Amino acid sequence: MSLALDTTDAPILEVREVAVHFSGLIAIASMSFAVPEGEIVSLIGPNGAGKTTAFNVITGFLKPTGGKVLFRGTDLTRLSSNRIAGLGVVRTFQRTSIFAGCTVFDNVLTGMHRQGRAETWGVLLRLASVRAETERMREAVAEILAFVGLSHRADELAGNLAYGEQRLLGIAIALAADPKLLLLDEPAAGLNPSETEAFMGVVQRIRDRGVTILLVEHDMRMVMTISDRVVVLNHGRIIAEGPPEVIRANPDVIQAYLGQGVKHAKG
Amino acid sequence: MTTRLLPWLFVLVMAVGPLWLGDQYILYVLTSTGIFIIGAMSLNLLLGYTGQLSLGHIAFFGIGAYTSALLSLGFDLDLGGAEPFVLGPQPVWVAFLGGILVAALFGFLIGKLAFRVRGAYFVIVTISFAQVMRMVALNWVDLTEGPMALNNIPPLSVWLPWDGVIPLYRKEYNYLLVLAVAVVCFLVIQRLVQSRVGRALVALRENESLARSVGIDVTRYLVVATVIAAGMAGAAGGLYTHYIRIVDPDVFMFIYTVTMVIMVVTGGKGTLAGPIVGGLAFGVLPEVLREVARPEVQWIIYGVAMIVVVFFLPQGIVPAVKNWFAGRRKRVAATALGLRKETSA
Repeated sequence: MSLALDTTDAPILEVREVAVHFSGLIAIASMSFAVPEGEIVSLIGPNGAGKTTAFNVITGFLKPTGGKVLFRGTDLTRLSSNRIAGLGVVRTFQRTSIFAGCTVFDNVLTGMHRQGRAETWGVLLRLASVRAETERMREAVAEILAFVGLSHRADELAGNLAYGEQRLLGIAIALAADPKLLLLDEPAAGLNPSETEAFMGVVQRIRDRGVTILLVEHDMRMVMTISDRVVVLNHGRIIAEGPPEVIRANPDVIQAYLGQGVKHAKG
Repeated sequence: MTTRLLPWLFVLVMAVGPLWLGDQYILYVLTSTGIFIIGAMSLNLLLGYTGQLSLGHIAFFGIGAYTSALLSLGFDLDLGGAEPFVLGPQPVWVAFLGGILVAALFGFLIGKLAFRVRGAYFVIVTISFAQVMRMVALNWVDLTEGPMALNNIPPLSVWLPWDGVIPLYRKEYNYLLVLAVAVVCFLVIQRLVQSRVGRALVALRENESLARSVGIDVTRYLVVATVIAAGMAGAAGGLYTHYIRIVDPDVFMFIYTVTMVIMVVTGGKGTLAGPIVGGLAFGVLPEVLREVARPEVQWIIYGVAMIVVVFFLPQGIVPAVKNWFAGRRKRVAATALGLRKETSA
């Protein structure tokens, strides 16, 4: 499917020479990569390579020391995180992140926030437009819950869900925000193999809806199966970039990222 | 259907019951408790729904009280110019609305500040804010009469078809007025928290990073909540000042904020009925105890009752009752199901 896309198109996201220093400590030295529209791009690298830092910079949770992040030509580094989400750049978090005290349904409904227009006065006066909007959003929530397979848990408190279901709910909340570009931070962390399998299906179906995906993941089987392109980060620098089969064969990557284990594995 | 009617039934009982009893002392207790319940409901919007602990909430109450009092009495203000600024007495309702507006304005400033300083620092800033207000009220004698207090504040007035415009000296009318304002505040909070705006507030309480990641402008909604909460507290202050008809700097005392926090926490923070249930319990309790126990024993019982509630019902009275009913419904359903199985077997 990705082959059909015209690669000369401007990328949806372009990270240009981004640097992040924490008072002398260099988290990211200089990072540049691009995410083409409609693809699944994975960002991989050993622990501490700067992957989550990169996510935080892209989504405005962290201001970079230098460089630019362009989303469809708009520089994101000057914007607040909620404005960035408003443009359609939505992330999930490495640690499970849900509104634990609310029902599953309300979690997703809260995620729909930027698709609503109701404000204080409209709410207090109970305008017809506000009621129609609520009705529309509730239908959309039901659709999203069906999409990730959580419909049967709609009325449960989110905090009571099983771990795997909470991860799915995290995705559902992000989907509710109507992303153009979805950043997934280790979505399969802590899932068992069959849950991971189901998760890969969900991620691919999200891409098939026209959402571009930037993925940080340690599960190499998942990365190599679903990615259209892989970017490898080590010590805050990009050391390789390309389709999964090229990355798999790259000696630098094997050396830096996969280490000696591969040699042993290959015998 | 019954759950929809229940609150209105409660309002009806509260409106008719005390008047039917006709006891002036009961009316006085319920009126002053009602005023504090309005304050507690507004505090609940911040503490219960956005999760921000403002321990200076009484400042908005006091600002509403003083502003409303000053506007209705008229005042002159020497700002160092050639002529002092003089404002004659204003109609009481204009003064009352003025109190709400000025309190809401301070709410706006505190709301803005809440996003610069968070957590423990915010708590300290809000306590200091209330203390500073008390010092201002105490020392700006030209305006506030300081410890001599503002006296002879006119009562609120109302237009009645059979009497025309009458000032509300009678306890019955004041009580009904407080009840009416409480109902309005309840409806405002109810509509707000069950909407997109309310979900944004709860999102801020539950998980701020996640809220921002889905595009919720948390700063904006926190400011909206503080402005509304401060305005309501200001309204409660206005009711207080025109009911008691005297206001002194002690209105800013920390203990009143604590009283409101107790009402919210024991009743159940983040629930609509919580501040009302907690407010009635802990507002009326001291008055009941006054009849039966010596002063020192009263406060010991009060303290013990509070600890018992917080210890055994950490979520508050309202969530505990709700859970109990939900559990009972489940048990009943399970028994019914079991019986059906037995009969079919």
